[in-house]
Amino acid sequence: MYSDTIAAVATAMTNSGIGIIRISGEDAICAADRVICLKEKNTTLSDCPTHTIHYGFVMDGASVVDEVIVLLMKAPRSYTRENTVEIDCHGGTLVINRILELLLKNGVRAAEPGEFTKRAFLNGRIDLAQAESVIDIINAKNDFALKASVDQLRGSVSGVIEDMREKLISEASLIESAIDDPEHYQLEDYGEVLQERLKLLLEEMEQLLQNTERGLLLKEGIRTVIVGRPNSGKSSLLNSLAGKERAIVTDVAGTTRDAIEEQIRLHGITLHVIDTAGIRPTDDIVEKIGVDKAKEYIETSDLVLYVVDASRPLHSEDEEIIALINGRNVIALLNKSDLKPVITEEEMKKNKNWTTLSVSAKYGEGIEALEQTIEEMFLGGEISVNDEVFLTNARQKAFLYEAKESLQFVMQSILDGMTEDFYSSDLMHAYESLGKIIGASVEDDLVNEIFSKFCMGK
Amino acid sequence: MPGIVEMYDVCVVGAGHAGCEAALAAARLGFETILFTISIDSIAFMPCNPNIGGTSKGHLVREIDALGGEMGKNIDKTFIQSKMLNKSKGPAVHSLRAQADKAAYSMEMRKTLQEQKRLTIRQAEVSGILTEKKENGYRIVGVQTVSGAVYHCKAAILCTGTYLKARCLTGEMVSHTGPNGLQAANYLTDSLKEHGVEIYRFKTGTPARIDGNSIDYTKMTEHFGDDVIVPFSFTTNPDDVQIDQVSCWLTYTNEKTHTIIRENLKRSPLFSGMIEGTGPRYCPSIEDKVVKFADKEKHQVFIEPEGIHTNEMYISGMSSSLPEDVQHAMYRTVPGLEHAKIVRNAYAIEYDCINPNQLYPSLEFKTISGLFSGGQLNGSSGYEEAACQGLIAGVNACMHIKGKEPLVLDRSEAYIGVLIDDLVTKENTEPYRMMTSRAEYRLILRQDNADLRLSEKGYQVGLLSKERYEWVLQKKAMIEEERKRVSSVMLGANQKVQDLLKSYQSIPLHTGTSLEELIRRPELNYDLLAPVDADRPPLPKEVREQVNILIKYEGYINRQMKQVAEFERLEKKKLPEELNYSEIHGLRIEAVQKLNRVRPVSIGQASRISGVSPADISVLLIYLEQRKNLKR
Repeated sequence: MYSDTIAAVATAMTNSGIGIIRISGEDAICAADRVICLKEKNTTLSDCPTHTIHYGFVMDGASVVDEVIVLLMKAPRSYTRENTVEIDCHGGTLVINRILELLLKNGVRAAEPGEFTKRAFLNGRIDLAQAESVIDIINAKNDFALKASVDQLRGSVSGVIEDMREKLISEASLIESAIDDPEHYQLEDYGEVLQERLKLLLEEMEQLLQNTERGLLLKEGIRTVIVGRPNSGKSSLLNSLAGKERAIVTDVAGTTRDAIEEQIRLHGITLHVIDTAGIRPTDDIVEKIGVDKAKEYIETSDLVLYVVDASRPLHSEDEEIIALINGRNVIALLNKSDLKPVITEEEMKKNKNWTTLSVSAKYGEGIEALEQTIEEMFLGGEISVNDEVFLTNARQKAFLYEAKESLQFVMQSILDGMTEDFYSSDLMHAYESLGKIIGASVEDDLVNEIFSKFCMGK
Repeated sequence: MPGIVEMYDVCVVGAGHAGCEAALAAARLGFETILFTISIDSIAFMPCNPNIGGTSKGHLVREIDALGGEMGKNIDKTFIQSKMLNKSKGPAVHSLRAQADKAAYSMEMRKTLQEQKRLTIRQAEVSGILTEKKENGYRIVGVQTVSGAVYHCKAAILCTGTYLKARCLTGEMVSHTGPNGLQAANYLTDSLKEHGVEIYRFKTGTPARIDGNSIDYTKMTEHFGDDVIVPFSFTTNPDDVQIDQVSCWLTYTNEKTHTIIRENLKRSPLFSGMIEGTGPRYCPSIEDKVVKFADKEKHQVFIEPEGIHTNEMYISGMSSSLPEDVQHAMYRTVPGLEHAKIVRNAYAIEYDCINPNQLYPSLEFKTISGLFSGGQLNGSSGYEEAACQGLIAGVNACMHIKGKEPLVLDRSEAYIGVLIDDLVTKENTEPYRMMTSRAEYRLILRQDNADLRLSEKGYQVGLLSKERYEWVLQKKAMIEEERKRVSSVMLGANQKVQDLLKSYQSIPLHTGTSLEELIRRPELNYDLLAPVDADRPPLPKEVREQVNILIKYEGYINRQMKQVAEFERLEKKKLPEELNYSEIHGLRIEAVQKLNRVRPVSIGQASRISGVSPADISVLLIYLEQRKNLKR
């Protein structure tokens, strides 16, 4: 019933031992064949019987990406009742990422949130009783994905995309106004002009794609936020974890004005740590922004590290922080264990049922215990990473590829000597694809743009 | 109160471009029809611009014609200049536009109506609709005129144009009339409101008409019609329309014009707040243009004849609601109009129309069974937009009486489909004008293939003759056969081929190639390659044209067909009429409100409602599946 084929990562996007990528749809087996070279000589998955397991390599052209195990399930005997292929690969995010992208470049679309389950239902795989929960999953995942795509995009990236969209719709509206009111607006040698502009735009897109590869578009890993009063030792903790001087550490309260982000690997688990400005009421505007951001980060975090200066009694500001982080996954850290503590672990635990540890960020004491605790919490399933963050990222990238492809169509049309009316719709497709990255809806943008820019009509 | 009581199958209210098509369609489909007009002398009257067609509107006229409507035939009989616009661009955006002799256009249409069997024309103002209560609304049983006469009917079509509670404004001068001083219709709105119909107030305007004898054309650029004229109607013989044409003239406004306008803005009802209605962005008044595009030094002004037997010239580009004295001074600043004498003032007109979201895609009111609505009453603007809605409403009134499925064209079938879908689905806050950019599948919705796209539908509903339909089938077959033949023709790099290529500055061949490849070269086409295509059969021009387009743009057309296939998938998923969206678990509140208001007929239509997200569509799909399972 669905014409297209979708793929998504089925396992959590952390550097665990194994990662599973699932492909579903009519073209799933052929698509897998396009990127996988089986060890069995001259055999493709299409030739193999259903419900068999195969060994082979994912290939990007001539180079090997990963050594994989492939599970083949032909329709209707699969979860979605469609042709399904599962690729078990090595669990590094980089590898999973590359395989997924290879698939996306080979005619597969990144799955929408909850789409596998949706297909399973629509194809009659799941019974009626489960229908409502399917809707809840889709809604929850959609809400998250939407939030994630907006939240996670760094301001500068969404700015770049807005900018590209602006350029595209401005070209399209010029073309359309000339088509609609040819006695008023004419296009002369426009193809050549557009070609030059698109060349620049394509370069920009390429740059953005490369940035994405380096993980600049989205930060992956367990979103960990460090919070605490000014000068409680948050930055020192980040430095201890990261093993280098990263945040500016002074004894003056309020030094860390902006959030500082860091990817930290702990025994194969990636933490994406954000050090926030000290949370306290402030009139300083720069610092105020930092505080607001911190509140935002807390809401989207997987794990909160709450740093308390154990050498002083709890401050009224601590009460505010506690209220703020209530309900999140929290590890309370009694810092400055090197000084004489006035707050004890028992006292802290009494307060909330948080895991509480004593550390000295400055001297690196207790850091190992912290690492172990995080690892245990994660492996024990207490902290779960939202895969949607990663999937959102993959989808965003896929949309970027889509936009690029549309612009390449335009370039080809200009080369072929086609008139503008043939490619303005491709310009608009690129515009729409970019819009999906930042969660913009299309509506009547083009018509509105035409009317706002061009004086049309009788 | 005693009065006339008569019985008809179909009542049509209004004899403008929508009403004429609606009435003709109903009568032609075999139903006794009565057409009401406020003024018998104003049938198919063109109160604004003196032309038919233009970009995307030309497409509409072609589609009307392919379905068996009248507009194309009528303009072919009465045009005085014709032009194919966008000829330098791709075939999808070629658009025909003809200057009409307004009086002749009106008279020809009146003749056609008068000669139509089963059609009665009656001058009277309809003051209300007569209904019966039924479950979830009403059923139409007739209409009533101001005099108290009652006309019973099985279906009625409202095509009231800009006449409902109309008000014309020229500066401080306000007259409670319809266009051109014609009587307004002041009662029908209230009757509709009593039936729960939501009313909008829109505004539009028209420029002054100037005495042609007072114009100095030497200061303007002359614009001629095409050398070879293409008729609108597929049934018109091209030889019959090669007439002597009149010219249009181009001139410009200037700083002086703009200064006068700016200095008098406070006297413009548009800016003084006297006008409540929303105007179209497409046809801004000159004062709107000067304010909104302040940095533009000049605006184009086209001087167009209103007909052969009148001295009046239409001043296109300068519609206005400024006071008479300001108009007088303003027009006289334009080169060539220094001594212009105004025959009729420019004015703005405000009128009542309905929120078209209250209609099904068949143009029937969702809550008033048997009542249809077409044209400017539905919030559109333009003669062509009106005519095509009138035609569809007319046909569907008949389908309603017959108890048959309505004629609904989708967005991939016709511009008419795009127009009606936009009206009934989207939020419409200004008079809606057709534009090529609104048609997402425009590469296949060309004006040249309207007959191939729509004749079957026209024949099925009964408007198109068997003879005409069979010709279209024959044409289709010829196109297909010739394409097949061409696809197997290979050309060697021989002298004859090289010479031909050279004569069109086309790169010579190194090795043999297919004829199709050469046709695709921008500088060549199917006809030009005839000398090297030895086995080519003699074919009519319209067939050759199609073969050329289909080969030349095959890649683009195929890509579009794929998009259409994807579109149709969702369009085919019908939503049950009685669905209560408030009860569907998982829909967002905004989506519930919008869905309950629009009541889309398909998942596809639902997906085009603003405020309905892809996630909501997923929920609807799952809900539909759930229902299906329950029924099993």
